[in-house]
Amino acid sequence: MNRTIPTATSLLVLALAVGLSACGGSGNSSGGGSTKLSLVAYSTPKEAYDAIIPAFEKTPAGKGVTFTQSYGASGDQAKSVLAGLPTDVVALSLEPDVTKLVKASLVAPTWQDATSTKGIVTHSVVVIAVRKGNPKHIKTWADLVKPGIQVLTPNPFTSGGARWNIMAAYGAQIEDGKTEAQANAYLQDLFKHVVVQDKAARDSLQSFASGKGDALISYENEAIAAQQAGQKIDYVIPDETIRIDNPIAATTAANAKAKAFVQYAVSTPAQKIFAAKGYRSVIPSLVDKTRFPDPPKEFDISKFGGWDAVMKKFFDPTSSVMQRVEKSLGVSTG
Amino acid sequence: MASVPAEPLAAPRSLFGGRGRAGPAVGGALATAYLSLIVLIPLAAVVAESTHGGASGFWSAVTGAQAFAAMRFTVLVSLIVVAINVVTGTLIGWVLVRDEFPGKRFINALIDLPFALPTIVAGLVLLALYGPNGPAPFDIGFTRAAVALALLFVTLPFVVRSVQPVLMELDREMEEAASSLGARPRTIFARIVLPNLVPAIAAGAGLAFARALGEFGSVVLISGNIPFKTEVASVFLYGQIESDNQAGAAAVSVVLLVLSFVLLLFVSWISTRGQRRAG
Repeated sequence: MNRTIPTATSLLVLALAVGLSACGGSGNSSGGGSTKLSLVAYSTPKEAYDAIIPAFEKTPAGKGVTFTQSYGASGDQAKSVLAGLPTDVVALSLEPDVTKLVKASLVAPTWQDATSTKGIVTHSVVVIAVRKGNPKHIKTWADLVKPGIQVLTPNPFTSGGARWNIMAAYGAQIEDGKTEAQANAYLQDLFKHVVVQDKAARDSLQSFASGKGDALISYENEAIAAQQAGQKIDYVIPDETIRIDNPIAATTAANAKAKAFVQYAVSTPAQKIFAAKGYRSVIPSLVDKTRFPDPPKEFDISKFGGWDAVMKKFFDPTSSVMQRVEKSLGVSTG
Repeated sequence: MASVPAEPLAAPRSLFGGRGRAGPAVGGALATAYLSLIVLIPLAAVVAESTHGGASGFWSAVTGAQAFAAMRFTVLVSLIVVAINVVTGTLIGWVLVRDEFPGKRFINALIDLPFALPTIVAGLVLLALYGPNGPAPFDIGFTRAAVALALLFVTLPFVVRSVQPVLMELDREMEEAASSLGARPRTIFARIVLPNLVPAIAAGAGLAFARALGEFGSVVLISGNIPFKTEVASVFLYGQIESDNQAGAAAVSVVLLVLSFVLLLFVSWISTRGQRRAG
């Protein structure tokens, strides 16, 4: 018995050594004129990038470029990049996640100048998904707070994307001439109807598909993707809603090929792929108005002074509008 | 009497060259280094992070209404789950060791599957079965009961697997002797079997409790995450992290860690006391 153990130990040491040297060797394998780009993105546009990347590789600019791809929740992806995940291009669900990288000098402060679209690669709008045939006749934001209506929206503290939903609901009240206090009261009312606060948008769709709730606050592209996946849902575009802007940026460490990919992502061929997957294109002429009608009272995040101001006022975890809304849930139920 | 198989029969005094004097020292140093890398340093980092907001920051993070509600619910549901596990786990362990029935090996292998299944899948499956659209005649999706169910699923193996080997090693002659002296099965179980099992049950219960306190994957979907109702501590923590309140998240984790640690110490005390009595 005593003899076999040193053997096992040396085997372990050997295995560790081999493992370490293997790691060292695979770090830089960009020889032979080929370039490897690392795309770090939030999870929703995966299917679009699965089609866009091969298309890019066929263009002159994309010749010899290969990709490693990583998908996950937008906030988590930003954290991974901050923690040192090698990254050439980030595609995240909202600007504050890119701002975090700018603060760490991983993305240039001028990233919005890189494209003609101010660093935005896709648009969408916040919509209300309902059961097939809309049995509860939900058409407006006010319908969501009618007695007995159960609403699903992700928790805005765990899901960066859910913050679009909150700002849509809040902004809609302001659009309709309500005061800020009345709009805050609407959010409180709305969250009394929220029966599930999932951690992410995809989880919310999952819960809705499981049969819970009458309405799901979601993004148009998510609702379309769900329909394409065969889920029995309809969706309503409220008259007053927010335009969603999803950013893309090359990192400061990235080479020219990464910048070329960012340019390609906002070009017509890539934008057509995004449109097919349910996104509103950043090229206005590509937006099919019958499939993507303009909401009569559309607004964007600048209505509230931009994301920096919104994050502080609405989503600070220790003191903010939404923190007080969540807290009020405890008061009302004991 | 070797009723508790905690000590291998012929334990070598030191794994690392029992002959030399440096052996035990090397072994101890290696063990400490490994433990530090894997456990101690990361835990210390969590504690360090929790102090970033100062004492007042720490206090307000762990006494915030929502944080407190999440922790209270998590601890309560974990205790309930552990209590159920203690009973059902012991029963299952008993049946698997003492009874013979067709398919016993298959069932025995099944016990560990909750460990193997990715927890998020467990949550999804439970939701599909016992949620609003499930085939079950009841719907517990997005309720506190659903949280308990998910935790029962992921903590099932702990008590069973702690009890099983002890039961196998248990000297049947003691029970036969008691029986020949006229003791009823119930008395035999209460006076002879159970005291021998207590350390193992306690160990399993402690692990199950610690696991339940920290469980995330299986509950995040099925709980619905409603603050003050079904939000568990780990999901609350996740929200704090996603909202860049790392110090607050670390503070709440430290409280959970301390709770787990105190409980595991208590369990270890019960186990050694039990072993002394049984041995």
